[in-house]
Amino acid sequence: MSGTFVGMPAFPKAAHDAVHNPVLRGNLRHATHTIRAKRARAVAELADWAALREAGRRIKDHTLRHLDRYLVQLEESVTAAGGTVHWAADADEANRIVTRLVKETGESEVVKVKSMATQEIGLNEALLDEGIRAYETDLAELIVQLGKDRPSHILVPAIHRNRGEIRDIFRSEMGGWGRPAPEGLTDTPAELAEAARLHLREKFLRAKVGISGANFMVAETGTLVVVESEGNGRMCLTLPETLISVVGIEKVVPTWRDLEVFLQTLPRSSTAERMNPYTSMWTGTTDSETADGPRAFHLVLLDNGRTDTLADQVGRQALRCIRCSACLNVCPVYERAGGHAYGSVYPGPIGAILSPQLRGTASEIDASLPYASSLCGACYEVCPVAIDIPEVLVHLRERVVQGGPAVRQGNRVVLKPAKGHAAERAAMRAARWAFAHPGALRTGQRLASRTRRLHPRTLPGPGRAWSGTRDLPAVPPEPFRDWWQRSRGGKDGVK
Amino acid sequence: MRVALFLTCVNDTLYPDTGRAVVKLLTRLGVDVDFPMGQSCCGQAHYNTGYRHEAEPLARHFSDVFGGYEAIVTPSGSCGAMVRELYPRMGERARAEGRGESLARTLAPVVPKTYELTEFLVDVLGVTDVGAYYPHKVTYHPTCHGLRSLGLGDRPRRLLQAVKGLELAELPGAEECCGFGGTFALKNAEVSAAMGADKVRSAESTGASVLCAADNSCLMHLGGTMSRLGTAMRPVHIAEILASTEEEPAA
Repeated sequence: MSGTFVGMPAFPKAAHDAVHNPVLRGNLRHATHTIRAKRARAVAELADWAALREAGRRIKDHTLRHLDRYLVQLEESVTAAGGTVHWAADADEANRIVTRLVKETGESEVVKVKSMATQEIGLNEALLDEGIRAYETDLAELIVQLGKDRPSHILVPAIHRNRGEIRDIFRSEMGGWGRPAPEGLTDTPAELAEAARLHLREKFLRAKVGISGANFMVAETGTLVVVESEGNGRMCLTLPETLISVVGIEKVVPTWRDLEVFLQTLPRSSTAERMNPYTSMWTGTTDSETADGPRAFHLVLLDNGRTDTLADQVGRQALRCIRCSACLNVCPVYERAGGHAYGSVYPGPIGAILSPQLRGTASEIDASLPYASSLCGACYEVCPVAIDIPEVLVHLRERVVQGGPAVRQGNRVVLKPAKGHAAERAAMRAARWAFAHPGALRTGQRLASRTRRLHPRTLPGPGRAWSGTRDLPAVPPEPFRDWWQRSRGGKDGVK
Repeated sequence: MRVALFLTCVNDTLYPDTGRAVVKLLTRLGVDVDFPMGQSCCGQAHYNTGYRHEAEPLARHFSDVFGGYEAIVTPSGSCGAMVRELYPRMGERARAEGRGESLARTLAPVVPKTYELTEFLVDVLGVTDVGAYYPHKVTYHPTCHGLRSLGLGDRPRRLLQAVKGLELAELPGAEECCGFGGTFALKNAEVSAAMGADKVRSAESTGASVLCAADNSCLMHLGGTMSRLGTAMRPVHIAEILASTEEEPAA
């Protein structure tokens, strides 16, 4: 994925600042709880939500099972409609393709529709290295880009910023990117939105090249679909002469009919709206001088770890994700740790299972992500395509601590356990032995009871993490099994 | 009816009062309770931390010890969920790894017979008024595995509402995790503690003197947090409230 996040520390360390920043935590709590409540209301309106969720799950699973077939069909449809399909195995290849395509137009500026795939591959940075400036046109992405910042939420990338900060960013940075912020800009939402509108309008009307992602690609007609709220996506999709769409291979659906399910579940899950304000669909090119839409259309199909993920029986369900971000908004860990702690453009519960699959578990941050959850299950409950995120988290924990078979870059490999788990593994084995030998367990319990007055209030080693913030329970004078045997005179089943 | 009490390793070692309360309560309701002495741990901590292969022998051991009983009752939503939800999954995984049917066959008999305590009371015994007396203001925290994996729903609250003298206060944000999460409490201690502190503060806002739950692991985390924050509230397992009577009131 993007080089932006290389060298991130493990999740607990990365979360430290957010946990101890009451303003940030307050902002996140307010934002996530507001959207969480609205989403619950929007979902409750539909009597058939459970059936829609199941339908979405099935469509995605069916498509993933026959992904090769649908991608070939998609390529044929896009080509027949006048587009060109490019296949990119990884981020570097995708960036090279897009850079070449932009250079071939002779342009050095592009406008962008908000897209997770292009962030995943670090496209803006790659273009900049080649002298091409990419302008984000989604309001929140604009704030992130102008602020030289990183997104912290899938749907609301600038969720960590407040209005005052946004005004300051607009005032100091807009001029360097084009039209400056109006004099005397205040932090009222209307003024901020107007400043962004004026700044962006100049770019829409000038740009010859647009770059987008897509929420869905319909195999039967080669149609791409973007759902958005602000309308800037539609400007980018209709005004420029050349459109380049970079889309993950898992975004394909077989037919138009399948969209019916997702166009209901996606907006309700993400923005808590019955229908998103703008649904733009484009198929190939348009050759009329008067019609809206690009004269040239390129679709870059991005793998970047997706085929490897698809090879994993448990983990592949992460590819059902439609990027609604409902799991972020209900996650108690995301709420306290903030989006940046996840070290990826995909934060929250879905990021915790997607990043270590797309990137592998070799880095410190990726090996720590499967543990960035209390396994409370709220993410699974809200997921509109029923991704059992806790199940995948536990599965990836197993990969981290025990290693095992996986597919990396198309090859079957046996992964070694990640570093730093040897002591834990020994403790788990010892505990398993004690639990399998109740006599030993009982001896240990009795020892703990007899020495209970000597127990320290704080623990050494890994236990310090507990006793630093919470008191330990007092060990009782006698474990239950001793009481049972004493009072009931029960048979001693201990071997 | 003769049932086996699966107390869980945490309750056995640290919270024997909960076990005594379950025995007292079930006996009062006419149930013949046995405590198989061979029992130890369901393997949840191993499984959830990524040591599935270490959890397998513990699951087999569980089945050996409890397989012969009509019903297995446990005062823990998360250990109940381990047996009911994750034992079948362990069997499926072993099969998918080409290790045959043996694990699935061994675990299958105990899965449908395992009940969390409140589920057993409401669904199997068909009671909501268990004849308890507990003159305190109580707020109830539905723990995640009980709530989402087992789907306990309003069973615990219905049982509490029927307790004489008990005033039940609604807990704001009840369905949010307390932050325990097993080894999560150690591996992400700061986030875990922040979640725990928020939960304790919302429990305090109800004015209740007792925070009740159906899982001592979560209560251990919350009780430790209360103690450190210096609140007057106490954590109490639901079994101890339901076992309490006018003749023999719980502390």
